[in-house]
Amino acid sequence: MVTQLTVFLENSPGRLAQMTRALGDAGVNMRALMVADTAEFGVVRIICDRPEAARRVLEDEGFSVSATSVIAVEVPDRPGGLADVLEVIGSAGTNVEYAYCFVEPGGNAAVDVLRVEDAQAATAALRDAGIRVLRPEEIYAVGS
Amino acid sequence: MYQPEYESMQRSDLEALQLRRLNGLLARAYDNVLTYRRSFDEAGTAPRVHGLEGLADLPFTVKDDLRAAYPYKMFAAPMRDIVRIHSSSGTTGQVTVVGYTAGDIGRWADLMARTIASAGGSADDIVQVAYGYGLFTGGLGVHYGAERLGCATIPISGGNTKRQVQVLRDFGTTILACTPSYALLMAETAAEMGIDPQELPLRAGILGAEPWSESMRAQIEQMLGITAVDIYGLSEVLGPGVAAECIHQCGLHVNEDHFMIEIVDPVTLRPVPDGQTGEVVFTTLTKEGIPVIRYRTRDISRIIPGECACGRTFRRLERITGRTDDMLIIRGVNVFPSQIEQVLGGIPGVAPHYQVVLSKRGSMDHVEVHVEVGPDVPFDEVKTLEHLRSRVSAEIASALAVSIAVRLVEPRSIQRSEGKAQRVVDRRGEGGA
Repeated sequence: MVTQLTVFLENSPGRLAQMTRALGDAGVNMRALMVADTAEFGVVRIICDRPEAARRVLEDEGFSVSATSVIAVEVPDRPGGLADVLEVIGSAGTNVEYAYCFVEPGGNAAVDVLRVEDAQAATAALRDAGIRVLRPEEIYAVGS
Repeated sequence: MYQPEYESMQRSDLEALQLRRLNGLLARAYDNVLTYRRSFDEAGTAPRVHGLEGLADLPFTVKDDLRAAYPYKMFAAPMRDIVRIHSSSGTTGQVTVVGYTAGDIGRWADLMARTIASAGGSADDIVQVAYGYGLFTGGLGVHYGAERLGCATIPISGGNTKRQVQVLRDFGTTILACTPSYALLMAETAAEMGIDPQELPLRAGILGAEPWSESMRAQIEQMLGITAVDIYGLSEVLGPGVAAECIHQCGLHVNEDHFMIEIVDPVTLRPVPDGQTGEVVFTTLTKEGIPVIRYRTRDISRIIPGECACGRTFRRLERITGRTDDMLIIRGVNVFPSQIEQVLGGIPGVAPHYQVVLSKRGSMDHVEVHVEVGPDVPFDEVKTLEHLRSRVSAEIASALAVSIAVRLVEPRSIQRSEGKAQRVVDRRGEGGA
């Protein structure tokens, strides 16, 4: 399982910049960043090379951080690639809470990050269907 | 009890003592303070009552009278007899200045010794006084009482929270005296420092100087592993030591041998019977430096009818629910910040830190409650936060009978106070929300 950091942020000017600057100054390299927002607050989800170090940095800077386990799968970069993955998870009877994708630089596959209800069942179903579930080291090292 | 001969005296004896002291006070105030001579003469009232019920016919004293008397014009004793001067913070206007004679300081120490004893304290205790020392009455007020009772007294004053926690641990503090919001900050700071207050000898808190709620008390007691009692006082009347809870935590016994308490209807200004809510009014019976007659505190509360299991005969003031000048009128409904605090205390996932923020939206006043998300909320999913927000909003609407916008803010983003917490922030003058 891959560790994703989730940060609770108020919607106020400069807050996201402060957060990313704190990570940058600590030499943390982000692989993916996704913001889910409402009118008042945002929930920022981050995949990076050193999640534990990043968490400490953010907490020291006064941010609210939680670590969440997510699944990362390699999806062929072609039409229908993601649909194949989601169908497998659906047929395993588990719900997807949220998902986001990023593309490896120079590669021909996309990485899909999934938060599912039952991670074990989903992982097993994906492996059975021949879909590559990435190990944490692989995802933390993407592009480096 | 520190002074059982007074604290548990028969009501009839107490009332006889009050009447004797009241007439002494009226004569002293009329003879020595121009403000009183004028107000009594204008009202055509003699500075004398035949029974305690006569108090209700005397003129009131208000904060503006004390402001107009700045600095010393309402002192009833000559300056050579004054040994101490305190003053109010002046956050809401011109400061007011109060003076104490040596007799006042001695009686104040006795009253604070009563307060600490009624929280279960004795000469065996180590008292950490984290109220501010200085012009504010809190620090020195508690200090003298703790020494009078024979406690080992630590005059640390407010601020420098990490050091407070170190002292709490290293000095073996058994009783902590500070504002409730500061007690909470100390508990949080201890947790951050990896210190478990439950394992320390600390066993009681003497907390006051700002309104707080039962739910906040429960949280402080749980986090610090203590019994927390509420104390009440104000510099215009004395400072801390006017009223205090005993270990039964069912209202604050008013030191009625030194203070007459009345609850008056805020509109008609007539006294209301025990049990009914209104503005709290005090008359000092024994103060020499700056006595007050029927001083309108602007605090809202009531007298709790009935007797207390502790055996004190002094009547009990319910914890202050708010101040007439903190009261917000939101779409016609009277709202006190403490009511919001009470609601928040019952909802898991939100911290007891909140602010009521007033701003302008166009020409309309906009009210918003800012609430901190608790550190244990699994906030990875937006829907968790949305549920939390709608729950807070619904519970406030149901408890206060008016709906108020709720905004969730980051944990620890609301400024912690080392003294009195600022619960209402008025940004209406800043132009735009």
